[in-house]
Amino acid sequence: MSEKEYIYFPGCSLEASAIEYDMSVRKVLAALGVKLIEPDDWSCCGSTPAHSVDHVFAAAVAARNLAIVEKMGASTVITACPACLSAFKKAHLRMKKEEGFKKEVNAILDEPYNCGVTAKSVLQILVEDIGPKPVAEKVTLDFPDLKVAPYYGCIINRPPEIMEFDDPENPMAMDNLMTSVGVKVCDFAFKVECCGAAFGVAKRKMVNELSSKVLSMALDAGANCLVVTCQLCHQNLDLRQGQINNTMGSSFNIPVLFFTQVMGLTYGYSPQELGIDKHNIQAEGLLKTRRPVEERIKEEQEKAKAKKPKAKKAEEEES
Amino acid sequence: MRVGVFICHCGNNIAGTVEVAKVAEAARMMPGVAFATTYMYTCSEPGQEEIKEAIKREKLDRVVVAACSPRMHEVTFRRTVEKTGLNRYFFEMANIREHCSWIGEDKELNTNKAIEAIKLAVEKAKQNKPLFPAKFKINKRVLVIGGGVAGMQAALDCADGGLDVVLVEKSPSVGGMMARLDKTFPTVDCSICILGPKMVDVSQHEKINLYAYSEIEEIKGYVGNYQIKIRKKATYVDWSKCTGCGACIEKCPSRNAFDYFNFGVAPARAINIPFPQAIPKKAKIDAQFCRQFIKGKCGVCAKFCPVGAINYEMKDEIVTEDVGAIIVASGYGLIDLDKLPEYGGGRYPDVISGIQYERILNASGPTSGHIERPSDHAEPKTIVFVSCAGSRDKSIGIPYCSNFCCMYIAKQAILTKDHIPDSRSYVFYMDIRSPGKGYDEFTRRAQEEYGVQYIRGRVSRIYPKGKKMIVKGADTLLGTQVEIEADLVVLATAVTATTDARTLAEKLHISYDPHGFYVESHPKLRPVETNTSGVFLAGACQGPKDIPASVGQGSAAAAKVLSIFSKDTLESDPQIARVNTNICVGCRKCIGTCPFGAIEEQQLRDGRIIANVIETVCAGCGICNSTCPCGAIQLQHFTDNQLLAEVNALCLT
Ligand SMILES: Cc1cc2nc3c(=O)[nH]c(=O)nc-3n(C[C@H](O)[C@H](O)[C@H](O)COP(=O)(O)OP(=O)(O)OC[C@H]3O[C@@H](n4cnc5c(N)ncnc54)[C@H](O)[C@@H]3O)c2cc1C
Ligand code: SF4
Ligand code: SF4
Repeated sequence: MSEKEYIYFPGCSLEASAIEYDMSVRKVLAALGVKLIEPDDWSCCGSTPAHSVDHVFAAAVAARNLAIVEKMGASTVITACPACLSAFKKAHLRMKKEEGFKKEVNAILDEPYNCGVTAKSVLQILVEDIGPKPVAEKVTLDFPDLKVAPYYGCIINRPPEIMEFDDPENPMAMDNLMTSVGVKVCDFAFKVECCGAAFGVAKRKMVNELSSKVLSMALDAGANCLVVTCQLCHQNLDLRQGQINNTMGSSFNIPVLFFTQVMGLTYGYSPQELGIDKHNIQAEGLLKTRRPVEERIKEEQEKAKAKKPKAKKAEEEES
Repeated sequence: MRVGVFICHCGNNIAGTVEVAKVAEAARMMPGVAFATTYMYTCSEPGQEEIKEAIKREKLDRVVVAACSPRMHEVTFRRTVEKTGLNRYFFEMANIREHCSWIGEDKELNTNKAIEAIKLAVEKAKQNKPLFPAKFKINKRVLVIGGGVAGMQAALDCADGGLDVVLVEKSPSVGGMMARLDKTFPTVDCSICILGPKMVDVSQHEKINLYAYSEIEEIKGYVGNYQIKIRKKATYVDWSKCTGCGACIEKCPSRNAFDYFNFGVAPARAINIPFPQAIPKKAKIDAQFCRQFIKGKCGVCAKFCPVGAINYEMKDEIVTEDVGAIIVASGYGLIDLDKLPEYGGGRYPDVISGIQYERILNASGPTSGHIERPSDHAEPKTIVFVSCAGSRDKSIGIPYCSNFCCMYIAKQAILTKDHIPDSRSYVFYMDIRSPGKGYDEFTRRAQEEYGVQYIRGRVSRIYPKGKKMIVKGADTLLGTQVEIEADLVVLATAVTATTDARTLAEKLHISYDPHGFYVESHPKLRPVETNTSGVFLAGACQGPKDIPASVGQGSAAAAKVLSIFSKDTLESDPQIARVNTNICVGCRKCIGTCPFGAIEEQQLRDGRIIANVIETVCAGCGICNSTCPCGAIQLQHFTDNQLLAEVNALCLT
């Protein structure tokens, strides 16, 4: 496989509360022959606090990082965090469109940003640059009992004119990726429903209510695990699951994994290597059912053999 | 040369911001101007009389009217001038309203600009040459494209008026969308009961020649003389033999064909007749579902057809028809359900479109008129209707209102209550649009007599929960969020242009708006005409429209055709390109550039090859004129000399 190289922006949460997301991203991309280069001296993307105070300031904080990437001679930066992605894309697009805004932002920065960097999510490059075939080829282990509900959250593909990726109402990128690595996916109606986002502190009850709806819909859809692309969703759904149970009187006990962790598991990495042991809700029961992918292939072949005589008969009846 | 200049006040429209008296004074000083005056309304009868008298009195041989746009009144004034014996092309118009008084506020600047506009017109008029239109015979046959209710009305009115009609319908039967409806608002009378007789009339009228399952391949010619190529698509059934008995359909083993007529509510067979009242009632094979075509073996229908009508070797056939006018009535389409993912469109079987529900309500539809939902055929008790599903939504490129959904939702809710008395219907709406005669009373009846629950607000998401569909939305009157557990959700999907509307428009040389609907010649005063003479519009191809409006337009378009056919000849426009045979070097540049294919090669007796304009095809666009390197081809009334006279008047004096 040809070596690919990307500038990778981890962002603050992937160094701390969601370090397991970072671990799994690095493992999976390395397995796929992708080299990640972390920019020197990267800083805060601006996140929610900056743009709730001042748009120029928010754009400047984001553009500082983009300017570093630009100086490295790259035209793409990837990140796993949807909030960083959104901050980068928003700053970039508005600066590109409005000359006056660009001037205002660049006036604050030491190094000006010249609008030459496209930000993409890890999910997007897996789908668009690497593709389902190489992704599938790395699979060594199979999860016969795992059935995931893909939960995209609110910002990875919305608003569509900024995020420019996948369908804003019924996204399929993660569904397809999970299918590529042989994981069963259920038709999940709440893919883009709100989990409560950053209101976990200010409005805890509301967040608990919203997250509880997401969890119960996943169970209704027949899933025994949620896969997510966003560490804030992960926090609301995993870390707060006990809190949800207390507030709502429910008894959820459903693991929530990053999509890169699920991929890593099928590629043969141990739960510890992917940081799954750091989660609040443990997935041990599910993880035990892993088996070599050859077993599944054998099983499928046998099933097909058993089916064939029947199919033949049906055809004869018809003609 | 004696030019007369007539400056119009247009009430205050011009005189308000232009000093007309001063303009007249300046005009009198222009070389060649023998007379100049102002008048309150030059286009009025006394205004026109004044022109005529002045021509005689002052012995004028050129006339300039400085008034509104030539698009408004050029034809009128040409006629006035002609009545005094002058050639109508000795008339010129200076636009000092749209181009001047309406757009500038500074009176002095406006006055100067008006003077300059007149200066141009006077110089042009002095260069004008007399032109004479040729007369040609018209072929008094009419082509109607589309056999929906609008097209059928137009065809019947033309035929009753004594014209031969060629009716081309793309689908296997006439009837269009109306044939699919159960009942019609606001009278709730049975749709096919009022449409069926019209369909029969169309098929039996001796003056109407119906081509069903056919499309327009090519259109050539001009008003009065069109040559039409029609593609009769292969049905694989010899319609001269087929009796419509349906034996083939019953035996056809391919049971999973898409049912176009029923919008996929239930599967169809590969050989089918769209509906019991179809006209013509003949079978056709959908090759993409037929085993004979997919697998190369089957032949079941051929075996069972009692009259031997099946012919798998059948090919499309092209036929030609000559006509003198065209009525376009090709109707509308509907946005696909899967364009509405927030409503689970295309994802959940119990989220359906209004037209699908119409088929479910219909006694001759796939459920024989029993209301059942697609997923498990259970009778729904709670039905939610979502209005404006896609309509009035700029984000998907449909900013317009689909016109009739508010009304059919009320109708369908009423019918639902009639079918299932213990059912409850909810309607999410933005506003209720029911401005027709008896329409508002109708939507009120749905609410007051039938207890339909109208909720003002939008739906944010629809998702399944067990056997129910949860409809989540806002009630903006109560200021709360609502969730309704529905058994069935009906989306009033947005009306669109048909998928081939743009291709057809290009064949017809008519224009369409950004959404693909055909553009009428004037939105108020010429609603069924197009800017291409001889081509008329009827029905929803011009924009979303209900049945009464479509029928009205069908009749109006027919009246327009009957009126142009009331004469035996038409005059051709002499403002076309002409080649000066002495100058043309035969480079053929104009031939390649003419968008209408109006120029051909011609060999002179001395062997020289030169360009020749086919008079009846030239549209007078002038592209050739600016292309010709030697100025050999000149657009009459807009020749190089005439335009240069104008430029010189403006720049050199
Ligand atoms: C769910 C629903 C319910 C409705 N209920 C009512 C109601 O109760 N009352 C009411 O007044 N209105 C109702 N309407 C509106 C009604 O359907 C339209 O007003 C009417 O059908 C318009 O007629 P038309 O002839 O212009 O177009 P259409 O009915 O669309 O007919 C157009 C015809 O042209 C054919 N065609 C298309 N393209 C070509 C081509 N290129 N070449 C040849 N033929 C072509 C088509 O096959 C079709 O037969 C309803 C609409 C919907 C969707
Ligand atoms: S094709 Fe033959 S069998 Fe089919 S409807 Fe026509 S006549 Fe009947
Ligand atoms: S005027 Fe237009 S239509 Fe006529 S010959 Fe020239 S290019 Fe063709």
